[in-house]
Amino acid sequence: MSLGGYVVRRLLQLVPIALGVTILVFFLIHLVPGDPARTILGNQATTVRVKLLRHAWGLDRPLPVQYLKFMGRLLHGDLGTSLFYSVGAGRLVLQRLPVTLWLIGFGAVLAVAIAVPLSAFAATHRDRLPDHIVRAVPLVGLGFPPFWLGIVLLLTFGLNLGRLFPVGGYGSGFTGHLHSMFLPALTVALGIAPILIRSLRAGLLEVFEAEYITTARSKGLPERRVLIRHALRNAIVSTVSVLGVNIGYLVGGTLVIEQVYAIPGIGQLMINSIFERDFPVVQAVTLVFSVMVVLVYLATDVAHALLDPRVRFD
Amino acid sequence: MAAAATADALGEAIPVGQRRGFRGRWYRTPSFVAGVSILGTIVLLAVLAPLVTGFDPTYQDLNHTLQGPSWHHLLGTDDLGRDTWTRLVYGARTDLRVAFLAVLFPFTIGTVLGLFSGYYGGWVDSITSWFVNVVVAFPFYVLIIALVFALGSGTRNIYIAITLVGWVSYTRIIRGEVLVAKRRDYVLAARAGGLSDFRILFRHLLPNVITQAIVFAMSDIVLDILAIVTLGYLGLGVQPPTPDWGTMIAEGQTFLTTHWELSTIPGIAVVVTALGLSLLADGLADLLRPE
Repeated sequence: MSLGGYVVRRLLQLVPIALGVTILVFFLIHLVPGDPARTILGNQATTVRVKLLRHAWGLDRPLPVQYLKFMGRLLHGDLGTSLFYSVGAGRLVLQRLPVTLWLIGFGAVLAVAIAVPLSAFAATHRDRLPDHIVRAVPLVGLGFPPFWLGIVLLLTFGLNLGRLFPVGGYGSGFTGHLHSMFLPALTVALGIAPILIRSLRAGLLEVFEAEYITTARSKGLPERRVLIRHALRNAIVSTVSVLGVNIGYLVGGTLVIEQVYAIPGIGQLMINSIFERDFPVVQAVTLVFSVMVVLVYLATDVAHALLDPRVRFD
Repeated sequence: MAAAATADALGEAIPVGQRRGFRGRWYRTPSFVAGVSILGTIVLLAVLAPLVTGFDPTYQDLNHTLQGPSWHHLLGTDDLGRDTWTRLVYGARTDLRVAFLAVLFPFTIGTVLGLFSGYYGGWVDSITSWFVNVVVAFPFYVLIIALVFALGSGTRNIYIAITLVGWVSYTRIIRGEVLVAKRRDYVLAARAGGLSDFRILFRHLLPNVITQAIVFAMSDIVLDILAIVTLGYLGLGVQPPTPDWGTMIAEGQTFLTTHWELSTIPGIAVVVTALGLSLLADGLADLLRPE
């Protein structure tokens, strides 16, 4: 199957999932105990205002009609209107999305920069001290609450040790972003690096057993070349999938990390909107987050198919 | 994919009770011993909290706020003069209890759905898989936070949110195991013998496929503790004045420049607890793997 055909088939498989995602986001408001309009506006709100909101959101209509209306608006790019800012929730999200994408992208780059050398080092020193130390990383690292790790890094590098990095914010310009976002991105990276290290180390050890590695070595290739050109390239295939599967965790982690470092991304928007009981914005952010995850799943599948053509024929 | 790989690695599953050497081998598995010791100590401290400390976790002593460690206050006091050590052990009570209970519901529901979906296949499997794929399309924290926001904060709603999100992992694991196990001779024999589906599922398949789910449950508790603590940090979790590690970290953050220990200590408690659980999971996986 051609790569294009594979991508189209994967896209079609995503349709029912995307539909399910919209249903779940739609139903969020119906999980609110009692009358959502009353709960959202608070006890002081007049009955008229509650009625108006209920009508504006179509909560006085039957469920299927409500969902169809919700989908109709969604297909026109309308994610509802923020109760707090009185502008489109979609616009609010789009304004802040680049910040979050920066954080995720920077975090993913740092995670790979941490995981690849460490796992290569461990795999080439199998069952010796460096290997044992690297193997302990996932065991300890996975238990770190991401936001707490952020606070500790902030404390160490932002408030002490010469105040190397700013304690919060987004910075301006490319280098400004790099500087301001380094600690947050490092926090994101440290959250996911343990998972990558575990998978990449196991992948490398498996590849080292393969005959083509023995061949490469017996040809007299330098060990570094064997490692980088032959072993890593093959071991990285499964790691790309692992990164893809765990991207949800990575993306979700940014939500809390933005809060710690006061970064104006969509995570912070979501948390702020929660405290303002701004339902449309919370729904919009939830939807956008899941769209991001689904797109990353697709991207990793495509990357997997590029790296390992056998996948396309499954 | 991961579930299938582990099923491969496990080879043929043997029921836990019939495995040779579990009793004889547990003390020779270092990670199991280390995990049990760490977790046991924390559970013991939590259970015996009233004996370990003489203070009340919610008692405020406004004349002695933000004090450093002393004989009287082992880890000092917070901004309201509450004893940090006391809040730490009572926080363990809250967070461990919520995390353990929060795992039970998704474990049970996910396992049953995985059994049905793997055994019957067809439309049962299609529908279950669709639900799994939809839930997996959301980032874990985003969905948990959105659900708790809609349902309202508080312990009961944490259970509901974690259950709604957590069952998918168990369903995936069990479904994968059942797909392999249902082709084995003992299942075919049970079917040929005319046993009811219910009996085959719960008497014959379940004991053989549950091991992976139990091992995963240990690491799932780690995820749940992190989620509970994160909700607490955001002010959406266990509500004050009930002591909770996440709330403690959030409250301490205000005093980061002057009293860094207020945020750091409860975080270390989370990390140590999680380490104990991870070691336990690793040890269990080793012990339950047939030789």
